[in-house]
Amino acid sequence: MCTLEKRGNIYILTLTGTDDHRLNPPLLDSLQSALRRLRSEAAGCGGPCALITTAHGNYFSNGYDLDWAGSNEDRLLLMSTKLRSLVKDLISLPMPTIAAVSGHASAGGFILALCHDYVLMRKDRGYLYMSELDVGLVLPAWFATLLRCKIGSPAVWRDVVMMAEKMTAEVAVQKGVINSAHGSAAETVRAAVALGEQLVGRKWEGHVYGENRKVVFAGVLDALGVGDSVEHVNATSRLLKAKNVVSRF
Amino acid sequence: MCTLEKRGSVYILTLTGNDEHRLNPPLIDSIRAALRRIRSETTTSSSALITTAHGKFFCNGYDLGWAQSDPLRHPQLMSSKLRSLVGDLISLPMPTIAAVSGHASAAGLILALSHDYVLMRKDRGFLYMSEMDIGFKVPAWFVALMRCKVGSPEAVRDVVLRAEKLGAEAAAKKGIVDLACGGAAETVEEAVRLGEELVGRRWNGAVYGRNRETLLAEVVGAMGFDETVENADGTPKAVSRL
Repeated sequence: MCTLEKRGNIYILTLTGTDDHRLNPPLLDSLQSALRRLRSEAAGCGGPCALITTAHGNYFSNGYDLDWAGSNEDRLLLMSTKLRSLVKDLISLPMPTIAAVSGHASAGGFILALCHDYVLMRKDRGYLYMSELDVGLVLPAWFATLLRCKIGSPAVWRDVVMMAEKMTAEVAVQKGVINSAHGSAAETVRAAVALGEQLVGRKWEGHVYGENRKVVFAGVLDALGVGDSVEHVNATSRLLKAKNVVSRF
Repeated sequence: MCTLEKRGSVYILTLTGNDEHRLNPPLIDSIRAALRRIRSETTTSSSALITTAHGKFFCNGYDLGWAQSDPLRHPQLMSSKLRSLVGDLISLPMPTIAAVSGHASAAGLILALSHDYVLMRKDRGFLYMSEMDIGFKVPAWFVALMRCKVGSPEAVRDVVLRAEKLGAEAAAKKGIVDLACGGAAETVEEAVRLGEELVGRRWNGAVYGRNRETLLAEVVGAMGFDETVENADGTPKAVSRL
């Protein structure tokens, strides 16, 4: 589901396979366990490091596995709980994080990318897309909190959430959603590695970095604690029952 | 430590001396005393305040040496005094302008950002949140002030998580500084010009101060507590590098 490799001081976490990397429990568990391994290795290695998250295939991640959930509330809540836990791990991770967005990132997948300190993306294909409005789903409140913490312009929040805009990397850079756009998936990873090395070269203490990131994103951590309400999960599952939702993307 | 002069309707508060103007209790107390004098002098007429400094530094942050001389008590005292000063600036019944004449780092950057307008010389000097580089935790209230004043999350990330050193022009592009001006003297002149323009609007000072407090309510709330120097029950905690 995912691999973790080390290149010098840079860890590269890759979502493997050419599927759309839906955030179902097996993938979420595998990502969290990779982050746990990363923390223990980083603690041992004594020097500063950085994390890059990327993926194989046409998708970075297409969000929650709604097909698997069907209209089962427990399954929806389980995915939400696991994603929130993963996001907490990323926000407290004791090193700089970079998302090298190698394909489409939508809904929960877009959120996953935005949880990284720096977001780089290929410009030759792929969209960032909050699909909820198009699919008829209510946005979880903590998604909105994260979007607002990471995106400064109210006009852009509106475009992203209320217009369900599909943004290419270049548009996303212009709108201040991501850092930079690169020629291809491979180029994006190369640029991410170069950025990672620059950040590692600052010789920050990982513990200090993670603690300061938690201060900057305290609002998101608070929102994660609250999570999805039972009402929200019920409403979502009713909608899914009614629509027999299949991926629109 | 600081002087207060009046030019027409505009007050100019200057941090004197060629040192780093580190925020220790004597300096903070002297600035607060100057602000108290301003409040007592201004009655019905409109005024504005410009804060600037002599030498290469606007303000290089907390006096860490003084803090370490009593690690359990001094950090909390300094933090509490700085928060009172920032509270004074936030409630000051007149527009405030920082004429950043040199380096402003950490708490010194916070001091600059506590003003309504930030003008900065572009020929030298950096804005810099040094905490990440020296292994310190940034207080949540610092971040609250930054978020209230700097619209771009990317800019906040670059300043706090990337510890970027920003000259005036880069800072203006990121929306941290309002105007990048020629040199120190020009920056003060521009600040005086802006101050006079604002005074010309004939705003009621008390209303101005109250409206600013409303706008910065989140910051005022966050300033009640500094988790890097005190526990939840208000008892001091020793500050050191993490």
